[in-house]
Amino acid sequence: MYNFDVEVPATVAEAVEALGRDEAQPISGGQTLIPTLKARLAAPSVLVSLNAIAELKGVRKDDAGLLCIGGGTTHAQVAKDAEADYPALASLAARIGDPAVRNRGTIGGSVANNDPSACYPAAVLGSGGTVVTNNREIAADDYFIGMFETALDEGEIVTEVRFPVPEAAHYEKHIQPASRFPLVAVFVAKFADGVRVAVTGASENGVFRWTEAEEALSGNFSADAVAGLKADGSQMISDLHGSGEYRAHLVGVMTKRAVAAITG
Amino acid sequence: MPKDSGIGASSKRREDIRFLTGEGNYTDDINVNGQAYVYFLRSDVAHGTLNSVDTTAAEGMDGVVKIFTGADFEQVGSVPCGWQVTDKHGEVMQEPRHPVLAHGKVRHVGEPIAAVVAETLEQARDAAEAIEVDISELPAVIDMKDAVKDGATKVHDDLTSNLCYDWGFVEENKGAVDQAFKEAAHVTTLELVNNRLVANPMEPRVAVGDFSRGTGEHTLFTTSQNPHVIRLLMGAFVLGIPEHKLRVVAPDVGGGFGTKIFHYQEEAFVTFAAKACNRAVKWTSSRSEAFMSDAHGRDHVTKIELALDKDNNFTALRTDTYANMGAYLSTFAPSVPTWLHGTLMAGNYKTPLIYVNVKAVFTNTVPVDAYRGAGRPEATYQLERLVDKAAHELGVDPIKLRRQNFITEFPYATPVAVEYDTGDYIATMDKLEEMADIAGFAARRKESEAKGKLRGFGVNCYIEACGIAPSNLVGQLGARAGLFESCTVRVNATGGLVVMTGSHSHGQGHETSFAQVVADMIGIPEDMVEIVHGDTANTPMGMGTYGSRSLAVGGSAMVRATEKIIAKATKIASHLLEASESDVELKDGAFTVAGTDKSVAWGDVTLAAYVPHNYPLEEIEPGLEETAFYDPSNFTYPSGAYACEVELDPETGVVTIERFSAADDFGNIVNPMIVTGQVHGGLAQGIGQALLENCSYDSDGQLLSASYMDYAMPRASDLPMFDVDHSCQTPCTHNPLGVKGCGEAGAIGSPPSVVNAVLDAMRSGGSTVDHIDMPVTPHRVWEAMNR
Repeated sequence: MYNFDVEVPATVAEAVEALGRDEAQPISGGQTLIPTLKARLAAPSVLVSLNAIAELKGVRKDDAGLLCIGGGTTHAQVAKDAEADYPALASLAARIGDPAVRNRGTIGGSVANNDPSACYPAAVLGSGGTVVTNNREIAADDYFIGMFETALDEGEIVTEVRFPVPEAAHYEKHIQPASRFPLVAVFVAKFADGVRVAVTGASENGVFRWTEAEEALSGNFSADAVAGLKADGSQMISDLHGSGEYRAHLVGVMTKRAVAAITG
Repeated sequence: MPKDSGIGASSKRREDIRFLTGEGNYTDDINVNGQAYVYFLRSDVAHGTLNSVDTTAAEGMDGVVKIFTGADFEQVGSVPCGWQVTDKHGEVMQEPRHPVLAHGKVRHVGEPIAAVVAETLEQARDAAEAIEVDISELPAVIDMKDAVKDGATKVHDDLTSNLCYDWGFVEENKGAVDQAFKEAAHVTTLELVNNRLVANPMEPRVAVGDFSRGTGEHTLFTTSQNPHVIRLLMGAFVLGIPEHKLRVVAPDVGGGFGTKIFHYQEEAFVTFAAKACNRAVKWTSSRSEAFMSDAHGRDHVTKIELALDKDNNFTALRTDTYANMGAYLSTFAPSVPTWLHGTLMAGNYKTPLIYVNVKAVFTNTVPVDAYRGAGRPEATYQLERLVDKAAHELGVDPIKLRRQNFITEFPYATPVAVEYDTGDYIATMDKLEEMADIAGFAARRKESEAKGKLRGFGVNCYIEACGIAPSNLVGQLGARAGLFESCTVRVNATGGLVVMTGSHSHGQGHETSFAQVVADMIGIPEDMVEIVHGDTANTPMGMGTYGSRSLAVGGSAMVRATEKIIAKATKIASHLLEASESDVELKDGAFTVAGTDKSVAWGDVTLAAYVPHNYPLEEIEPGLEETAFYDPSNFTYPSGAYACEVELDPETGVVTIERFSAADDFGNIVNPMIVTGQVHGGLAQGIGQALLENCSYDSDGQLLSASYMDYAMPRASDLPMFDVDHSCQTPCTHNPLGVKGCGEAGAIGSPPSVVNAVLDAMRSGGSTVDHIDMPVTPHRVWEAMNR
């Protein structure tokens, strides 16, 4: 780790100001950033901690019925506080990493980092959520750009993530055996006006919507509807833990299982 | 009735109080006044010519004490290899120089090029980044078969090729073996890979070097399984320090698994640098460094063939193995694929003719050496996979085929040089069949199938050679060291004992089990016995702990020393009792004159030894302290039978272990609870190898599985509740305790049954695949089923 300054602002406004400093970097739960710093792969001059900002924490329902989760809310908190309103999301949060990760890592950090194997992006995209920052609201469909790439500008902070709550949803995860990140995981959300299917872990372009499956399921929400569907393997990640072809296959299996879990 | 103390009791591990409450004293807990820290600049290139290492800019940086490069070690010895193998032509193996810091060339990713000693670790690391290294990259030698082809790039320019040795065993048998294959009614052939592993002890390696100008004495604190061996190897071969000026301390060590047997260049470096800098120098490995500098394990590629007659009797076995040595010869590397592997190829079977060929190969990878089991897991895996394959080809029950070919009479001289003293392979298989509930398997398979899953059952047997080993034998086989063990027992005036053993405990529980033995022999409470180990300054010469040898060899030395103590104490007691020595017996901590009520307590006798007012001074010396050295006459041969039951998800390839049964014969047992724990740990590592762990390099020699993000360690949730039994006991005939060793059995015995079970599950789903390589990952299973 190289030396750096630390700022611990108490408000989003103060954080934004601190992030204006040269080579400043925000840190939330630090579950990706701290190992990166320890490996000397990043050298910010100042780390701006978002952990002391009360307005970034908590789970609430707004007047429109959206489930709104503060960017600084830990996975463990979401697992607990979203359970009643959005059990599929709570279940996803409860299965991220291990207890140490869940008690430090935050939804804002995960969504801002957009690791191609992270869990949360699947829920945000699969729910058709909205990423709220210190200066705008970004629809999930416009937010996730590619591997570790989002629509966020430099110094922009994820203050909240808003989820429309579907009629039913399920997150089905096949883990990579070493890291226990998803090798392929699929979030299926059934709304009154259609079905959304988001896939994480699989694509070289990060989280994506599997539109063929969405179409098939919107007409007939059953595991059979997607049983014959095959995802396109050409853009899938190939690595030590699985070929692109295997990942494409798993996209189908995980989708089918997610639907089956919903339909019982 | 289970005993509540002494031999046979499940005494609670006394060392756990400090291990579990943060009171342990590990090497990284040791800090010497005024110490500096070293950071090693390691090669990120697998193979290249080292044109220059420019430290100019780095030397002026804050906190830098001194920077070392390969040039500083030109006058220093090579990191030595402790075993010399002679090949099938009678030639000794090719043995490259292994420098403390790379010089002229780099030969694997992670090889240290320069070392920065600074006031703080961060300063050392900052300065290391300012060192300018100029390397001309060379093609990396990674694939073993390519490495030994004509014209292959050489890892060591001064050797004739990348072939370390081409070993044939037993060379004289080769003709007869080949003939038996020609006459065979059936031949089963199998090609397989024994995957490369990283040992990953919980505690990474640490070394602290200290030097006193006043006394000229060096001290090395290090994470070692055998401090005396490090003292000998480093003192005599690398740095030229006589043993009386070098103290090596291996305090609490957080797991070894073989990878902490070896002498590493970091140990030599801190010892050398402490004198050069005139201050203590400390190195603590990061986990990332451990992946690329701790010796790796396994990494064999094998073709094995079994010849059977028309009645399915095994008539001959032939193997052809490529064994990866990595870039340099680690301490015991040459012995692993030869004497710890070839000698075990008979397994539990009376195959009359065996020929083993091993080609050891240099590659641009981290050195490979012993890892829990060392050679024996490789032998067991190939043999037990092969027997299973033969059974399926012949359409016979795999257990029946094994039973038919079991060795049943002991002692049994194998065609591969070793003689099994005892064993009862039928008894362990009988026990296993009972534990595994084979009768209930069909119903369990149906249940799995109702859920859309496949279920498979696999068994294997194993034999291992432990208690390593008779010095005269290993000397003939190429060992450059003796393999005895020693022990000093010191009895204090008030009756308590300090047992100083050359065995080293790094999780095995010696402090408990060794004390049980001595307390039992004398008949006193276990807490009157203290076990001391791990410091060359306060223990007699020791060869350390590996090869499941501690109790069989170190424990035997302890028994011999305690016998000497009892003999002398009996003399003193007979004097105090005014009785003939032959009439005096020690029982329950008191000396009694046979047939009388005259007795004297243990404590009164020990007090007399140190307060010799009424004492036979003309016959014996005062004091009560004895030393014994013990050199066994043979290896010990633990054996057993294991069964694994898996459930396989055909859609994803995910395999889960539903049941695992292990029936072991370890001979006599001192502490059943500790033995069970050792088997559990071994099984976890064996199952880890079978399902999860894989150390992988790309063709450029970059380590792909260089962290826990990509190297899959087994977790508790990957493992079933183990069903472990060690009630089948055929005691070892040649050591005083009748013990065989249990530390490695689980890791040796488990991989084949896991893979056999997975293949059984696949077959039940209609697959015709007859082999799958470890680790049996979901991806590999899915590919195999969709080939």
